Amino acid sequence: MLDFVSTRRDVLKTGGALLVTFTLAEKACTALAQSGARRKTVASDEVDGFLSLDAEGQVTVYTGKVDLGTGLCTALTQIAAEELDVPLDRVRLIQGDTALTPDQGPTWGSLSIQIGGMRIRQAAATARKALVEMAAGHLGVSATELRIENGTIRGGGKSISFAGLVGGRTFSMKIDNDAPVKDPASYTIVGKSAPRLDIPPKATGRFTYMQDFRVTGMLHGRVIRPLAIGASLESVDESSVAGVPGFLKVVREGNFLGVVATTEWGAVQAARKLKATWSKWAGLPERAQIWEHVRATSVNGDEVTSNVGNSLKALGDAPKRIAATYDFALQTHGSIGPSCAVVEINDGAVTCWSASQATHRLRRQLAAMMDVSLDNVHCLYIEGSGCYGRNGHEDAAGDAALLSRAVGGRPVRVQWMRADEHGWDPKGPPILIDMRAGVDDKGRVMAWESESFVPEDGLGPVPLIAATLAGVPATPITEPYRYNFPNVMASNSAIPYTFPNIKTVAHLLAEAPFRWSWIRSPGRMQNTFANECFIDELAAFVGADPLHFRLRHLNDPRGAELLRRLAVLAQWENRPSPRKDSKGDVVSGRGMSYVKYDMVRTYVGAVAEIEVDRRTGEIRVERFLVAHDCGQIINPDGVKGQIEGNIIQTVSRTLKEEVLFDRSAVTSLHWATYPILTFPEVPDVIIELIDRPNEKPWGVGEPAATIVPSAISNAVFDAIGVRLRSVPFTVAKVLMAIERH
Amino acid sequence: MPTSISLDINGRAVTIEVDDPGMPLLYALRDNLELKGPRFGCGLGQCGTCAVFLDGEPVLSCETALTKVANRKVVTLEGLGSPAKPSPVQQAFIDEQAAQCGYCLNGMIIQATALLSKTKNPTVPQIKKALADNLCRCGTHLRIIRAVQRAAQRV
Repeated sequence: MLDFVSTRRDVLKTGGALLVTFTLAEKACTALAQSGARRKTVASDEVDGFLSLDAEGQVTVYTGKVDLGTGLCTALTQIAAEELDVPLDRVRLIQGDTALTPDQGPTWGSLSIQIGGMRIRQAAATARKALVEMAAGHLGVSATELRIENGTIRGGGKSISFAGLVGGRTFSMKIDNDAPVKDPASYTIVGKSAPRLDIPPKATGRFTYMQDFRVTGMLHGRVIRPLAIGASLESVDESSVAGVPGFLKVVREGNFLGVVATTEWGAVQAARKLKATWSKWAGLPERAQIWEHVRATSVNGDEVTSNVGNSLKALGDAPKRIAATYDFALQTHGSIGPSCAVVEINDGAVTCWSASQATHRLRRQLAAMMDVSLDNVHCLYIEGSGCYGRNGHEDAAGDAALLSRAVGGRPVRVQWMRADEHGWDPKGPPILIDMRAGVDDKGRVMAWESESFVPEDGLGPVPLIAATLAGVPATPITEPYRYNFPNVMASNSAIPYTFPNIKTVAHLLAEAPFRWSWIRSPGRMQNTFANECFIDELAAFVGADPLHFRLRHLNDPRGAELLRRLAVLAQWENRPSPRKDSKGDVVSGRGMSYVKYDMVRTYVGAVAEIEVDRRTGEIRVERFLVAHDCGQIINPDGVKGQIEGNIIQTVSRTLKEEVLFDRSAVTSLHWATYPILTFPEVPDVIIELIDRPNEKPWGVGEPAATIVPSAISNAVFDAIGVRLRSVPFTVAKVLMAIERH
Repeated sequence: MPTSISLDINGRAVTIEVDDPGMPLLYALRDNLELKGPRFGCGLGQCGTCAVFLDGEPVLSCETALTKVANRKVVTLEGLGSPAKPSPVQQAFIDEQAAQCGYCLNGMIIQATALLSKTKNPTVPQIKKALADNLCRCGTHLRIIRAVQRAAQRV
């Protein structure tokens, strides 16, 4: 299971932090931080870590997993309200505040409901049990005769409210993993499409994003990055900005260069006008040879992700063999709003507001970079533009910290410019996967092998740009957990299909060409692309229908049910690919794909319906039909929104997206050179949710993304018999594939 | 030398002091007037998230110099409606739950409002064309299209 287990409980139980008053942005779901000074535990094994009840009966939920624009706040509110039997509007949520919320690890991997939400459910179940027991004693009524309605416990003609029992005081108890949770049959809130709490303020310009956040006396900073990634700063001509209105200071630490001004426009102008000279550096690989470069990168070790039978022998013995290599380009997160943070330093205490998906981790990184104790760093989350993985928010926080320190700790806001975001946010690494299979004379698959080339690890803190450029010896503070699935990039390289001989291996590369991080479904995306295209290649090789070929090799009733329902939804026609009746230049096709996420959770199947123009090489994705089983559904409309987002964003990544670079730096620095899908190109998405209220809830933020590239590739093959094995499927690549066919 | 510039923002006459009258309108709206509707996305006129109405026409405020807007009517997302009293288009976006992160919503709602003021019952291709220059990264496009269709029934 991806995510972490604590290895140092003592770190998580630092005894709580002193709360001081902060005027947080008034946000529908973040709510105001409490004012006044008191201690609150952030221990992840304490009920009080996650829940409090005030004297008015208001429930506050403290979540370490944060809402990245996914609707998580609403779903977590539903979970807590359901389990405590209080109305939704009685619950407020505080997220990602290192002084208030437990360290639940970064918000990643489609685990915020599955793990984060279930922790909150269990804390609420523990609280519920304790409240009923307290009420039984208080009312002199047996606990079994008591029921909870709207935050009041009733029975035997008597009643007492939650507030009357514990209002304003702590629970002071461990989370009881055996405390009974409610029977899903009795749910009235979970499983319903509660409207998102944040949309009315967002639609009317009243929502405070990180980019809108202001503090009194705040200055504005901008950064000036090296012209080449590894270049050294040789000289700075400060006189070049002396006349810029509002300009205050040039800040230089090693190769870190920034400006501070009293106004945002002053900072923008100063950053543009500042004359700096940088050394030459050309250490990036040649883009045209990127796959040779990946293949030649040194390997730290291999991870065998599955090994059944003897694939080497079976492949050698097979009378027929097929092989193919798949690649998936470098991509960028591409948030619409550039990364932004505000940092101030008072008496050595660093306060950082950012849209970081991992404020506890950022706190450790800032403490190391600023050489202050962990107790002297407080990180608060404020929702920003959607991030889809670790983008630049943490780096903007690092930038703001260095700039604030240079102006005596005054609050400095840094917002990246577009080129900073496109040029310097960590990239999704280029991935290469070799596939091989052997088939016997009867058309049976005897062997399946894959070798993927992926960067090692992938879950640790991404180095802060500011620390790297400033040459600050930022020895990381050890994280208080170990990962249950350390090589995330190798996940889903094993396959859900039963062949007699299988070996799947990930070569764990020592480095990637760029500073890299996770972008929506890292590893699972690329591995599923290769696997689900190659299974389609095999089906075509043996002349089988792609759906029936999958079903024949699937020993998983839940997955098989999903595929059968998908076939009905998509009105799947039983025949092998490619279609035989294609005429003319513009040909339509259909392609299927399937994933069991991380091989242990959310099932997704999809059919892509496309048109491809043989003359122009243009692919038009008309429709995606998706069957989705994530177990218990908390908010059906929220799940549908995430699926739509997964599909559309990944159609964009599949058809268009590739980071461009020369030997020195990224050259695709804006939307004209890194185009994404626009309205006229967006496909329809038709979704069938399979709700299983009595099962565990699994993640939805990523799984549906993984099936998109393969479904499109398979549909193109169905249409014109041409395989696309290199993402993105640009017009040039499609035309080349047609020519070679 | 600071310059005074008089603006008409959401029906209110305001005067702001700026160092550089060539500054884009976006910075005045966000920093001088603390409005949160118009957003910085690219500063290059490529994403549409900074859109406002200028004399009733949608413009990109990141590319519109302050000098060009003096004494002209600027309406931002806030000027269209409020959470208590949203405009028909805003209400349609709420009803369709047409947001993920919602950062692009400003541009979407401004452009959709402009479209519906001229085209009463736009077809889906017309809606897509009207929003073709507005980028959304979360993939909320289908809900946004449905919201515009829903709004068309009300406007």
